[in-house]
Amino acid sequence: MLNIDIRKHFPILEQEINGHPLVYLDSAATSQKPQQVIDAISNYYEKDNSNVHRGVHTLGNQATEAYEGARDKVRDFINAKSREEIIFTRGTTTSINIVAQSYGRANVGEGDEIVITHMEHHSNIIPWQQLAREKGAVLKFIDLEADGTITLEKVREVVTERTKIVSIMHVSNVLGTVNPIKEITEIAHENGAIMVVDGAQAAPHMKVDVQHLDCDFYAFSGHKMVGPTGIGVLYGKKELLNKMEPVEFGGEMIDFVGLYESTWKELPWKFEGGTPIIAGAVGLGAAIDYLEEIGLDNVEKHEQHLAEYAMNRMSEVEGITIYGPLEPEKRASLITFNLNDVHPHDLATVLDMHGIAVRAGHHCCQPLMKWLDVSATARASFYIYNTEEDVDRLVDGLRIAKEYFNDVN
Amino acid sequence: MSTRNLDQLYRSVIMDHYKTPRNKGVIEESSVTVDMNNPTCGDVIHLTMQVEDGTVQNAKFEGEGCSISMASASMMTQMIKGKSVEDALSLANTISNIMLGNEYDDSIELGDIEALSGVAKFPARIKCATLAWKAMEQGVRKDSE
Repeated sequence: MLNIDIRKHFPILEQEINGHPLVYLDSAATSQKPQQVIDAISNYYEKDNSNVHRGVHTLGNQATEAYEGARDKVRDFINAKSREEIIFTRGTTTSINIVAQSYGRANVGEGDEIVITHMEHHSNIIPWQQLAREKGAVLKFIDLEADGTITLEKVREVVTERTKIVSIMHVSNVLGTVNPIKEITEIAHENGAIMVVDGAQAAPHMKVDVQHLDCDFYAFSGHKMVGPTGIGVLYGKKELLNKMEPVEFGGEMIDFVGLYESTWKELPWKFEGGTPIIAGAVGLGAAIDYLEEIGLDNVEKHEQHLAEYAMNRMSEVEGITIYGPLEPEKRASLITFNLNDVHPHDLATVLDMHGIAVRAGHHCCQPLMKWLDVSATARASFYIYNTEEDVDRLVDGLRIAKEYFNDVN
Repeated sequence: MSTRNLDQLYRSVIMDHYKTPRNKGVIEESSVTVDMNNPTCGDVIHLTMQVEDGTVQNAKFEGEGCSISMASASMMTQMIKGKSVEDALSLANTISNIMLGNEYDDSIELGDIEALSGVAKFPARIKCATLAWKAMEQGVRKDSE
């Protein structure tokens, strides 16, 4: 377990909600921010703010250094080969859309296949639906096992030589499943397809090494890893990015502009049209510093412990159904569940009245909800600042909700 | 005590409608059918109505959702049966005003739906309460076109 003092780094956690100390269990939706990230952002606006890549003046230089310095931190964080492979975006959704609209449009034709799974987030479904419709391509789904995992046999059954793109989430935001990305990437490559990874739920919680995974693209968001909203990353292999056309055109991304034709800047800037999210990138850089000071190994250990503790404690509650793999070592630290006779929205309201924030709904995974045969679920997701006490409070809350609804029923 | 706050939301009338919904089912020869969902949370309603000569003769619903959305659907069907389209729409308008904390015409007989007024204090749950009413509004408007 991490030192309890970690909580003190997050000022938002010090408040009371509805008369109870806040227990924040919705980090899979967005994480809270430590003081040092908040300070880095205000510090940037107080001391360095200027536009990047164009100022001759000193502030312009400081802003450029801060922005490009954040890119170096990201490169190091995911072990990309070079800084040109790190493109700043608005978030995971934008990152995946760039791959679909640029690489996809140029490389996918009629009858070609795009392969995803039944567990994907809407942001890793709809860009491919749109591409498949536009190109007359076939969107195929890898089926899940009963415990919400993917087997390589099933991957081999679905991926064929007609497959151009395989796009799969690293960690499921509902089931908590950690997918075997390295092995799936191998299968994709054997069939001549590229591998895209939605890393939104992985990058905040585990050491990601894109060279080891050998994936072609890796997308993630800053706000789920103690950074600010509005900033995300698209990692792509340089040889692919070099061949790709930008999807947004305008300032910042051009080299020479003529009346009828223009040329683009080199990587990574050709994909960063317009004034970029400078303060967001600075905040993301500070978030990476923070996570690395704690150590990703320690983050992972802490979460593994909490997931196991939560799994055991929550299983004690009568009438609970937990979705996804039951072995703690197969899953990330989030637990999606339902409680007999209490609809998840009602449950979330009761918990909120006790200061406990959980997510209720379809978690942007309508096809997965269909696969699970439920209309909605509740989800508790944990991060570095959560403790065993938070889990205990949740379990108490579940019991209160059950009793309350049994009584009024 | 938190459960006291909860009692404002989950009044016994609401829980009664949730537990034993009125007008659950489908009208086979309906003149109006509406499917509506709340995309942010997954609540769904399938509403069928028999509208003749400007009057809602019958209304039934099926659906899936939380206690507030299903109780609201049950109350809605109960309230609008036998009402003119005009009165049904003005009820929907009243509900919407209650939810938004706006002034509303208190001369209208609210019956059970008065219990929904507690929802206004829970902003995240307002959409649960209004789903069925929006479906009804869309249905009768579609029918009168």
